[in-house]
Amino acid sequence: LSATPEIPKEDGRPKWDNKFQYILSCIGFAVGLGNVWRFPYLCQIHGGGAFLIPYFIALLFEGIPLLHLELALGQCLRKGSIGAWNTISPYLGGVGVGSWMVSVLVSLYYNTVLTWVMWYFINSFQEPLPWSVCPLNENRTGFNEECYESTAVNYFWYRKTLNITPDIAESGTIQWWLILCLATCWAVVYLCTIRGIETTGKAIYVTAIFPYLVLTIFLIQGLTLPGATDGLIYLFTPNLNTLKNPRVWLDAATQIFFSLSLAFGGLIAFASYNPTKNDCEKDAVTVAIVNSMTSLYASIPVFSVLGFKATTAYWDCLDRNIISIINEFDLPEESIMRQNYTSWISFLNSSYPEKIAGLKLKSCDLQEFLDQSVSGTGLAFIVFTQAIILMPGSQAWAILFFIMLFSLGLSSMFGNIEGVFTPLLELRIIPKSAPKELLSGIICLISFLVALCFTLGSGSYWIDIFDRYAGSVPLLVIAFFEVIGVMYIYKIKRFSKDVEWMTGRKLNLYWQITWRFISPLLLLIVFMAFVTLQMQKPPSYTAWNPKYEGFPMKEEKVYPPWVQAICVLLAAFPCVCVPLVALFHLVKQKRRSKDPSFVPPEVFSCQGANS
Amino acid sequence: MLRALLLTLSVVTIAHAELCKPDAQNAFKVRISIKTALGDNAYAWDANEEYLFKAMVAFAMRRYSSNNTTQISNVLLCNVTDRVSFWFVVTDSSKNVTTVPGSEVEAAIRMNRNRINSAFLLSDKTLQFLKITSTLSPPVEPSTPVWLIVFGVVLCLIVAGIVFLIVSGIQKRKKKNKESTERENLEEKVEVTLENGIPCEALDLKAGHINGVFGADDERFTSL
Repeated sequence: LSATPEIPKEDGRPKWDNKFQYILSCIGFAVGLGNVWRFPYLCQIHGGGAFLIPYFIALLFEGIPLLHLELALGQCLRKGSIGAWNTISPYLGGVGVGSWMVSVLVSLYYNTVLTWVMWYFINSFQEPLPWSVCPLNENRTGFNEECYESTAVNYFWYRKTLNITPDIAESGTIQWWLILCLATCWAVVYLCTIRGIETTGKAIYVTAIFPYLVLTIFLIQGLTLPGATDGLIYLFTPNLNTLKNPRVWLDAATQIFFSLSLAFGGLIAFASYNPTKNDCEKDAVTVAIVNSMTSLYASIPVFSVLGFKATTAYWDCLDRNIISIINEFDLPEESIMRQNYTSWISFLNSSYPEKIAGLKLKSCDLQEFLDQSVSGTGLAFIVFTQAIILMPGSQAWAILFFIMLFSLGLSSMFGNIEGVFTPLLELRIIPKSAPKELLSGIICLISFLVALCFTLGSGSYWIDIFDRYAGSVPLLVIAFFEVIGVMYIYKIKRFSKDVEWMTGRKLNLYWQITWRFISPLLLLIVFMAFVTLQMQKPPSYTAWNPKYEGFPMKEEKVYPPWVQAICVLLAAFPCVCVPLVALFHLVKQKRRSKDPSFVPPEVFSCQGANS
Repeated sequence: MLRALLLTLSVVTIAHAELCKPDAQNAFKVRISIKTALGDNAYAWDANEEYLFKAMVAFAMRRYSSNNTTQISNVLLCNVTDRVSFWFVVTDSSKNVTTVPGSEVEAAIRMNRNRINSAFLLSDKTLQFLKITSTLSPPVEPSTPVWLIVFGVVLCLIVAGIVFLIVSGIQKRKKKNKESTERENLEEKVEVTLENGIPCEALDLKAGHINGVFGADDERFTSL
């Protein structure tokens, strides 16, 4: 026999080129759009610097332990989410199916958000920026009415981009420009995930590192803008009284949980491509800390820019008042400046009160402008775009900003797609001889076709629903069953032995305590609080209705019953998989146990499979 | 003589004062914001500038009505404030001391707004004729929307990338298949030629080997 050198046992599973690629992929998955547009908002409304206290407590007792659990699980079992949970116990297979389903639902709507980012990106190459001016009306005597009553930025977002309908029941037409951008986005995702981690591993170098570069550039630029310091002081001034409100703690816990992208199955998939002898403990701590640091780092340029915007709005308000006064009293130009505005106003109010009252001056308060807090798409597409118009060289800033958002979202999409792709690959949906490119192509094509319904006029309302119901409650349930499953069904003793074998050192007491007691308890409390809060009032949404009396304020509407049913389905479907699969296996087991030739499967062990 | 002159002058002044006053019929208010428009390069508003303004209005009236009757003296300015703002009327020298109808003045100013603005280095916003609206210029629109061009470039790049990756994947698979079939053939050959640890080629199947255990010495055995 030929004497070949002894090669390590290879199971043909793809692997990371190096450790850095793996860490970067996990970080890219965790760091997403929420770090930029949700964390700063939460900091702002929950007492600034004081919010960091519940945030770091949640990180310590919920984020890091759950992250370590998932990475250790994937690394040990070397399978995607469905396969991994089936291996632990067939009764827990539903957990894998549930997280697979959530990954599918989230991928669908997440890429549509990236579609909007891409649309803004390709529109940023114009001079002037299309969201800076209102278009004219038909007879060219004035501006378009809808645009004039709200702002040019609002008009571009709600009319030119979304072409939004006033009600979720009205579907409107398909927006062809959004279809083009959606196709491009799915083409980009296909290009990067075409061969699984072989290709995402290369793409992640760009998509994970580039946002940090842009954030740094925005940081430097933001700090030089006037009013930036006001914004930063406002953001970080701690108001410890807010900690008495339980809502703050709930928001901190949910933010940490969703920010780390736990329970999607994507982290398990990433870790499954690792060699088994890898320090998953250090990896988990690294990824979690980098994610939180990124949130903090991103909030600095965001708030510098918001402070700049508030200051500019305040100055505009003052200037408008000054012009009215000067015109009314025929005073020479530049006699009233912003600095002596208050003294002039008090002087004029005492001498000519009726005239001043007749001018209907708006009261300008910087604090009021700073208090206008927005999160989510409103922050990126309305507030930030408005601030970018005011900066010199707006095209460059707009292009940089939207490429950064796109990279942030794309690296999170890699994790989502991996969470869908790896289990399907292992389930042998397509024959083994067929190339991997085919499976990823099928996934991207089907997702594109289904996501077409988000390009309708009512699309953004549906995305809000998916975000609120499919991407929140099921994750909490799945994570809870994950921890319980590993700790009490797989048994903590076995698991700690496996982790010891992988990391090479004994499991710290911290992990034991958090895994067994604190994290499941926290998850349960968060889940109950979350559901209670949702049930308190009927689910409603705000609609953009030009015919509403209070326009440009958004109209508050309640979801019609059929939409509420869909919301419940979205939230319940992945959760219901867990008991359903367990039941299915129970029935199968009862039938099998009557068969005398049946041999119970071997008990799985991490070391056993790989020694 | 002097008295007659004084009388005419006073009549004219009174007439002027009657014709040009705030909110008079056919009078327009003008508001000028030089410092806002020009900043440090702002000029001062003095009698010379007023003269230029009267000249521009007369010019506008001449161009509009295409007759050369309007003189600079026909344009009356009054109530100049520090703002700078003032009222003006255009008198009609052909008829008795009356003012040109406001609609004509408005049309004339609208037609020549651009020229009037440039004479003072100002814009529609900084040289305001209250009550006269300006037509807004339509935004410049290129024949193909810019975003379509950018979109086309981005899509082409992505499709090129996908095609490249798929083709390279197919090529790699073909090469791997070729290599694996070659290796299989090689292994088969090696297997077939191994028999009992002795390569078959070494065995001479026709000649055979003489086994030294049997019959090394022919004489020991009885002959048949």
